[in-house]
Amino acid sequence: MLGMSANSVSYNEQGSVESGVDAAQENSSIPASISSGGAASSLFSADYKKNEDLKEMLESNKESLKLEAMKRIVGLIAKGKNASELFPAVVKNVASKNIELKKLVYVYLVRYAEEQQDLALLSISTFQRALKDPNQLIRASALRVLSSIRVPIIVPIMMLAIKEAATDLSPYVRKTAAHAIQKLFSLDPDQKEHLIEVIEKLLKDKSTLVAGSVVMAFEEVCPDRIDLIHKNYRKLCNLLVDVEEWGQVVIIHMLTRYARTQFVSPWREDAVFDENSEKAFYDSEEERRVDQSKPYIMDPDHRLLLRNTKPLLQSRNTAVVMAVSQLYWHLSPKHELSIITKSLVRLLRSHREVQYIVLQNIATMSIQRKGMFEPFMKSFYVRSTDATHIKTLKLEILTNLANEANISTILREFQTYVKSQDKAFAAATIQAIGCCATNISEVTDTCLNGLVLLLSNRDETVVAESVVVIKKLLQTQPSQHSDIIKHMAKLFDNITVPMARASILWLMGEYCEHVPKIAPDVLRKMAKTFTDEEDIVKLQIVNLAAKLYLTNSKQTKLLTQYILNLGKYDQNYDIRDRTRFIRQLIVPNEKSGALSKYARRILMAPKPAPVLQSAFKDRDRFQLGTLSHTLNSQASGYLELSDWPAVAPDQSVRNVEVKEAGAPALSKSKPAKSNEKFYSDSEEEEGEEEEGSNSEDSSSSSSEESVRESESEENSNDSNKSSSSQSEKSSSESDSEKKKKTLKNKKLQQQKPDSKDRKQKNGNAVKVESRSESESGSESSSSESSSESRSELDSDSDSGTDQKKNTKPKPVQSKPVIKQVEKKEVSLLDLDDFSPAPVTTPKSSILSPNLLSDLQGLLISPTASALQASSPVFVPETSHELLHRMTGKGLSAQYRFTRQPCIYGNSMVSLQLTLSNRTDQALENIHISEKSSTGQNIHRFNAIERLEPQASVTVSMGVDFNDSTQTANFQLCTKEDEFSVSIQPAVGELLLPITMSEADFTKEQGKLVGMNESSATITITPENVSSQSVNRKVVSVANLGVIPSGQENIYRFAGKTVSSGSLVLVSVALKDPDAMITINTEKTVMGSMLLRQVKTALTNSGP
Amino acid sequence: MIHSVFLISNAGDLFLEKHWKSVISRSICDYFFEAREKAVEPDNVPPVIRTPHHYLINIYREKIFFVSVIQTEVPPLFVIEFLHRVAETFQDYFGECSETTIKDNVVIVYELLEEMLDNGFPLATESNILKELIRPPTILRSMVNTITGSSNVGETLPTGQLSTIPWRRAGVKYTNNEAYFDVVEEIDAILDKSGTTVFAEIQGVIDACVKLSGMPDLTLSFMNPRLLDDVSFHPCVRYKRWESERVISFIPPDGNFQLMSYHISAQNLVAIPVYVKQNISFFETGSSGRLDITVGPKQTMGKTLECLVVTVHMPKVVLSANLSATQGTYNYDPVTKILVWDIGKLNPQKLPNLKGSLSLQSGAPKPEENPSLNIDLKIQQLAISGLKVNRLDVYGEKYKPFKGVKYVSKAGKFQVRT
Repeated sequence: MLGMSANSVSYNEQGSVESGVDAAQENSSIPASISSGGAASSLFSADYKKNEDLKEMLESNKESLKLEAMKRIVGLIAKGKNASELFPAVVKNVASKNIELKKLVYVYLVRYAEEQQDLALLSISTFQRALKDPNQLIRASALRVLSSIRVPIIVPIMMLAIKEAATDLSPYVRKTAAHAIQKLFSLDPDQKEHLIEVIEKLLKDKSTLVAGSVVMAFEEVCPDRIDLIHKNYRKLCNLLVDVEEWGQVVIIHMLTRYARTQFVSPWREDAVFDENSEKAFYDSEEERRVDQSKPYIMDPDHRLLLRNTKPLLQSRNTAVVMAVSQLYWHLSPKHELSIITKSLVRLLRSHREVQYIVLQNIATMSIQRKGMFEPFMKSFYVRSTDATHIKTLKLEILTNLANEANISTILREFQTYVKSQDKAFAAATIQAIGCCATNISEVTDTCLNGLVLLLSNRDETVVAESVVVIKKLLQTQPSQHSDIIKHMAKLFDNITVPMARASILWLMGEYCEHVPKIAPDVLRKMAKTFTDEEDIVKLQIVNLAAKLYLTNSKQTKLLTQYILNLGKYDQNYDIRDRTRFIRQLIVPNEKSGALSKYARRILMAPKPAPVLQSAFKDRDRFQLGTLSHTLNSQASGYLELSDWPAVAPDQSVRNVEVKEAGAPALSKSKPAKSNEKFYSDSEEEEGEEEEGSNSEDSSSSSSEESVRESESEENSNDSNKSSSSQSEKSSSESDSEKKKKTLKNKKLQQQKPDSKDRKQKNGNAVKVESRSESESGSESSSSESSSESRSELDSDSDSGTDQKKNTKPKPVQSKPVIKQVEKKEVSLLDLDDFSPAPVTTPKSSILSPNLLSDLQGLLISPTASALQASSPVFVPETSHELLHRMTGKGLSAQYRFTRQPCIYGNSMVSLQLTLSNRTDQALENIHISEKSSTGQNIHRFNAIERLEPQASVTVSMGVDFNDSTQTANFQLCTKEDEFSVSIQPAVGELLLPITMSEADFTKEQGKLVGMNESSATITITPENVSSQSVNRKVVSVANLGVIPSGQENIYRFAGKTVSSGSLVLVSVALKDPDAMITINTEKTVMGSMLLRQVKTALTNSGP
Repeated sequence: MIHSVFLISNAGDLFLEKHWKSVISRSICDYFFEAREKAVEPDNVPPVIRTPHHYLINIYREKIFFVSVIQTEVPPLFVIEFLHRVAETFQDYFGECSETTIKDNVVIVYELLEEMLDNGFPLATESNILKELIRPPTILRSMVNTITGSSNVGETLPTGQLSTIPWRRAGVKYTNNEAYFDVVEEIDAILDKSGTTVFAEIQGVIDACVKLSGMPDLTLSFMNPRLLDDVSFHPCVRYKRWESERVISFIPPDGNFQLMSYHISAQNLVAIPVYVKQNISFFETGSSGRLDITVGPKQTMGKTLECLVVTVHMPKVVLSANLSATQGTYNYDPVTKILVWDIGKLNPQKLPNLKGSLSLQSGAPKPEENPSLNIDLKIQQLAISGLKVNRLDVYGEKYKPFKGVKYVSKAGKFQVRT
């Protein structure tokens, strides 16, 4: 305001316009169009000016005057006043150099262009020019305004502009293009096909800036074109963490819908939970297909989505948290659902409106899954300061959460609420008590008594509500409660609320046989007051009369006839109808015929008790978190969540071409990047910052991704010849190198788990990095560097246009390589961040011979000292399922690790197999097929000639797992059938226990330091602190020998790997309340896996 | 998504409208006014209102209703969160978000709204970016602008908009580099008549004011991170590091921001700093009642309680209160029926007491329930949960910043049932 008044001073001095000093005086002469603003507050005293003044100001030469005029016009628009007649004067300034003036003109244009289409066309050429401006901000804003002008004539121009902007180098402009798509679609739906093409192109965009907007456009224009998502699914999942928060919400909702069409339900009873998903992630296609024959294994892409959305539960944006929660609700296996609880409860601290929506969703969830929110019951306690709708929702949730265990607490809480000053809330509480009483039979009587006490409450609404609820309760067991009915009859005179009166009358009628003396008396009273009652009460009086007539006609015949006569002439047609109907039914005469014989059976039929159920029952037919869910009715534009498909559609559609094992590798590396990119940013020189996400992407991802990028870039970079030729080169290169790369990718994966451990010991890690650089970096460097340099070019042209920023050429070759290594390393870390369940090694990661030798070259070779093998300390009894009887057509097989040295070979793990025949025919010739699909050395058991029905047999076999947790796949055959089965060893089973002295242990441990050591500090649960429990937990996880320890609080275990005999040393040092687990082994992969398992074992409570 | 936004004052004055798609007549707000009337209290207005062709999603903040018009399905929280973000932006720009400031700065408000949404979809909501696009008003700048005709509008695209760190602008320079953190904890509790805790939890936030040059990378660690039950972070915090190491590692936004919020729900950890002895009774005859409240310290960890305020929402029938306070002042507003007793600092030697009689509307039945008391208090230099910041490290920049941590505990929704 200060600005404005100062301004008015300035133009006063210039004298070009008359001052607005005496506003009131001018007001009298103002034409009608503006005088509508007469009521404006003093702030808008400038509004009193004639539009003529504004026009003059706009036409003056002074920028400041024009600006002032525009500011006032915007003020008018904001107040909702009509300023359309200024259109010609305003539109002239559209090409102004002053940015603020220009922006204000834009605001005006967008507001009025629709009304003044012809004049609006005058401005179009300005925008077309601006679309070519070197400044990306100007290009973007030109497109924004151009697309916001809702003038059908310019649709072709808009279309052209959008197409062009979609290939713009600036991601910001592309984002604007994505927004423009929706605008054009709403202006002219006929353009749909063309727009879908643009959407398809933009969906391929890898900028986090664009992702949210284009998905929004997708949702609005073509939500049914699920096929467009396939190829981008993994990319979207991986980008998600970096997308701005609003985009996250939209993408998450879209992906929820997508996932429901593409994956099979994880909710099946016999679901084998996702232990295998990690492994499956690395599977090549063939192996995955094998998996499908198993009961249920989550699609790795499904898992990817769940995993990548989980960190977003910590977002500060409530909409994001809600979106993730609904995604988990609709997509995750039931046992994983509990992670959303805390986050949802956290949202309850937020604003009132947020609480309202979140509580609604919790109410729906809590009906189906009490357990989720029960521990947080107290968070739903009502405060007297809560808004009424919040209170009722909390009540609803408390009711849903009530069970036998907590009902007493809840009822005590309810007692406080009943006394609330907010009577509507008190009434709702009474209903809630009623609900609890019906749901939990133990407390029915207590509740009923409590409610009866409330009947003497002073407040009428409370009493009325109690009556209604008691009526419902009594219906379940009327015979025991005739005294309550009598009590209510006594109260009848004092109750005036119609609903309550009607309820009592109904009770009387229904159970008149239980209160034979009182009922006729009540009817007598009612006959007197019939005419003064509310309609609802009158209907019940008629009912009562009819029922009494049938049961006790001697006393009530006359009364009934009197009431029926009154009813006959009532003003309300409902009552007249009812009366006529009842009369025909109960009073026998010639006309009534057969029906009246059954009158008693009709009227006195036993009625089922009403089910008191939550308003949120069945609300989950709507996707949670949506507007439709909130309203409990379908909002326009609501997209139904489809049911899970019975059979998963082809998974390979999501594979992005040019690779096989590539996709998983890439999806692994990406989420890591997301967080780690800050580091890389800060390490780079400032000038590099504008590179933006584009270069981040290309540099961080593996080489085949750069090919993808180059494809999309090819479309876009017509002008940028050097870049397109480069990308062509890179794609051709990568084609020829395809094979090599797949190989390389495999290697990369193998490296990951190893070097992840090494990361913790930075000193040693350097060595490995340099090696991996020379191995993988060199192969990919050609394509790598080209992609890098291309993205450099991107940024160059961006910043080049931005004139201020000068670009300096950088050494292209060296940087990306280093960066690549960094990223890789980082992604390794993530592997264990992500896996909640004990993770098994990737299937395809058999350490390839040369890598193995490479690794060993780096290691200090262990001296095989006097290690004595010992017998296992603990042999787990649990057996694992190998073949379910359903899949095995009646043949079921279970296996168990015996933890004994294998008699078949020194490097084999001994297994015990139990085969049972569950059919009613004998099975013949059960054996393991000769061909083993994964190449492990398997010692087969001798073929079993014949297995009788319902019989079982135990055989033993040996498998050489080659010290990796890769599954052993083989065929279990009967005479007729072949079943492929697989054994997944836990890492602890690949060990044999040994004993050694404590001194030897420390000596060996001293040799296995550096990257051979992996350690972790955990918080140990109290019950695990004792030495017994530590020992028990560790040996149950892994087949290790216990080393007698001289120090308290340090526990040592030793073992060797079965195949190669490498030493594995585990020590657990307790420092209350923490425990430090250290594992020393040259088998670093196993070491890290073992560490994780020991960690979980020691942090979990229970046996 | 969001079609239009209307700002409506508590008095029902529609003082600003903004449309992002075609114009929707302001008569749509009649549905809102209808609901507003039905709700009586502004807090009771349902956040989502259905009209025949549109949906109105509204928030109530600082005595202003922000009413947005929606035409198709959209997650309601999306809109609600956005509207709150708008209100916060106004607060950030103008110091407060009130009808007057919005009217005073209507042009900037309009420019802001224009940047924040494009076609109803949020475009730039990060305060750092907005401030580069549209500079916040200062007295000096408005003077300069008037004279030179220069504008408040930035001419280039903010660098943050394109970078992977959208919350921080590039090229920040300070002569004094400083980083201050406020650990603010609020105790939410419900105590019952006898003083036992029905429910208690701690809600904490860490507010930061970071004025550091360049691109600093900060790491904040706690002495006892395991206290934190559930956390949510500003987008700048690297979640992975928190998961693995329990340290907060981030590149901070420039200026004031909320770094994280957390939640401690374990009841045994929540110390209740105050106890209240109260006796409120209404007599059956004579239309009067008696009130007697004493407040005393409970678990204060040796600190003094400050800014102690007791608020009582009296039943409707209470006409007036004739009380005497041994410390502080009391005020009874017969219109809103709210009794406020402002005690100030609590002296453990001489406990404050408020005593006296209440007069009721004659003839009306005595109230069923005694009103519950809401307590407000503040304890300086104490995080009631015992949370302690261990250290703050700055990486990536050479200078040595001033660092400081302040702890404050407050009563949040602290209610004593009577």
